[in-house]
Amino acid sequence: MAYLSFVALIPLAAVVVRSLDGGLDSFWAAVSSPQAVAALRLTLIASLIVVVINAVTGTLIAWVLVRDAFPGKGIVNSLIDLPFALPTIVAGLTLLAFYGPDSPVGLNLAFTQASVAMALLFVTLPFVVRAVQPVLLELDREMEQAAESLGAGRATVFRRIILPNLLPAIIAGAGLAFARAIGEFGSLVLLTGNIPFKTEAASVFIFSQVQSDNPVGAAAVSVVLLLVALVVLLIFGLISKRVLRHEQ
Amino acid sequence: MRGFRAKGLAVALVATVVAVVAGCGGTSDSTSSSGGGGGESLTLVAYSTPEEAYKKIIPAFNETAAGEGVTFKQSYGGSGDQARAVESGLPADVVEFSLEPDMTKLVDAGLVEQGWDQNEHKGMVSDSVVALMVRKGNPKNIETWDDLVKPGVEVITPNPFASGGARWNVMAAYGAQLESGKSPEEAEQFVATLFDHVSVLDKSARDSLNTFTSGKGDVLIGYENEAILAQQSGADLDYVLPDETILIENPAAVVSESENPETAKAFVDFLYTEKAQKLFASTGYRPVLDGLLDKKDFPTPSKLFDIEKLGGWGEVSDAFFDPESGKVAEIFKSQGKSTASD
Repeated sequence: MAYLSFVALIPLAAVVVRSLDGGLDSFWAAVSSPQAVAALRLTLIASLIVVVINAVTGTLIAWVLVRDAFPGKGIVNSLIDLPFALPTIVAGLTLLAFYGPDSPVGLNLAFTQASVAMALLFVTLPFVVRAVQPVLLELDREMEQAAESLGAGRATVFRRIILPNLLPAIIAGAGLAFARAIGEFGSLVLLTGNIPFKTEAASVFIFSQVQSDNPVGAAAVSVVLLLVALVVLLIFGLISKRVLRHEQ
Repeated sequence: MRGFRAKGLAVALVATVVAVVAGCGGTSDSTSSSGGGGGESLTLVAYSTPEEAYKKIIPAFNETAAGEGVTFKQSYGGSGDQARAVESGLPADVVEFSLEPDMTKLVDAGLVEQGWDQNEHKGMVSDSVVALMVRKGNPKNIETWDDLVKPGVEVITPNPFASGGARWNVMAAYGAQLESGKSPEEAEQFVATLFDHVSVLDKSARDSLNTFTSGKGDVLIGYENEAILAQQSGADLDYVLPDETILIENPAAVVSESENPETAKAFVDFLYTEKAQKLFASTGYRPVLDGLLDKKDFPTPSKLFDIEKLGGWGEVSDAFFDPESGKVAEIFKSQGKSTASD
């Protein structure tokens, strides 16, 4: 507990305190300024979209990695973590090389709102995969075989057997991915263009507040992100628990 | 599945190459020593661009009597970041920033003496001017500030709220309008129109250069020395000096808590010597010493003005760059409204 306090809790509390340095009024003024609202909205919407896509594709990737055999599977498996392991600024550079103005495939997404989602997809790729994989490995194949022997089609097996078993893991992974997405900075700052009201994400907005010597404003918007992350993690935790209970 | 695998490898390869390239550009914490001597050590904390200049200046300083045997710890980064770091306790003996307000911050914090600017160069060790970087051959025919707001011209500049250095660019654009006879209101309107043409607002000058060289935009507003340095390192760009532009002045000073104040002072003094100024010039800066300025390499724009003409940084910082009420903050806000109603 003491460890947790020093590593995380006290610094987090310090941000909250700092955000209230100028009283509640200036806290509110900071988070309700049009630019802050636009940045928060962009971040939250992009994160939500990304989480939904991640939940689907992450599960699929985990499925392929666990159930299918193909040459180079080990390599692909270790590549999954690469986007997460890279310094995010490098992730930004990598994406810029591929989706930027010099794109070798002619896909120029950089500096648009789509690039925000693109960057977030990249850095949050492993979360759902890594959450679902172990559960899928443990999943008892006999259950599926039993269902099939009773005449269930593949869709039914997936819907009635596999999905319910995976759901807590998918939700947990999605929760982490969301929390990670709303805080992402390094890749966004390179890839999105940072135009206020258009492509400026909340983390980038916070950065510019720090740079303009407005630490209270920066802390205020940070606290909003913190609260959102906290609430989302709690909700996802509750859903995940409820699903589990339902199972048993 | 072969294709899948090959693609995976390609991605890994790209990532590795990018990582290596990024690594090469990183900041260094290197020390330089000419051996022997007193073994005194100075910590130099500076903004990012003069790194190339100091690579030459420090060895030259080591050759002087005062600098013999002095080793250096060097830290380079965004000007505002560096000032904040020193303010919050990063040990430093000598600091150099890209603009005066960052120095003022340390004066206010009691880390740099009030009289730091009391020399004939007002504490400024290097100069430059705001320039317009364009694609090789200047295909969009950019010559003046007004060319930046023509239809179809895409402008890149760092965000003046994220990068203190980018404030030079804004003040250059604003002041240039005044110089060409416009009213302050018209000049402000011009800045607003200019930001309408900005497609990427990076967090630093370096990032903007990266964005520009990666193919985005038609014009990059930046410093002449950055443009020269970029050309020296092989970037494919030209630059234009508009007739009306601002003189950039970079301040350096001794930190008052320095453990080696005499050596630190000797180093700052050395920066004003002909030798050091020539080395600054060789990496693209304009020397502050009269008579050293090579008119061929560094032509003086016909209507060059300085920040004092616009009221000085103290006034300008509040009037333009206050994050709540500054003129530029207002411009961003109004553009938010106009884009929201689109």
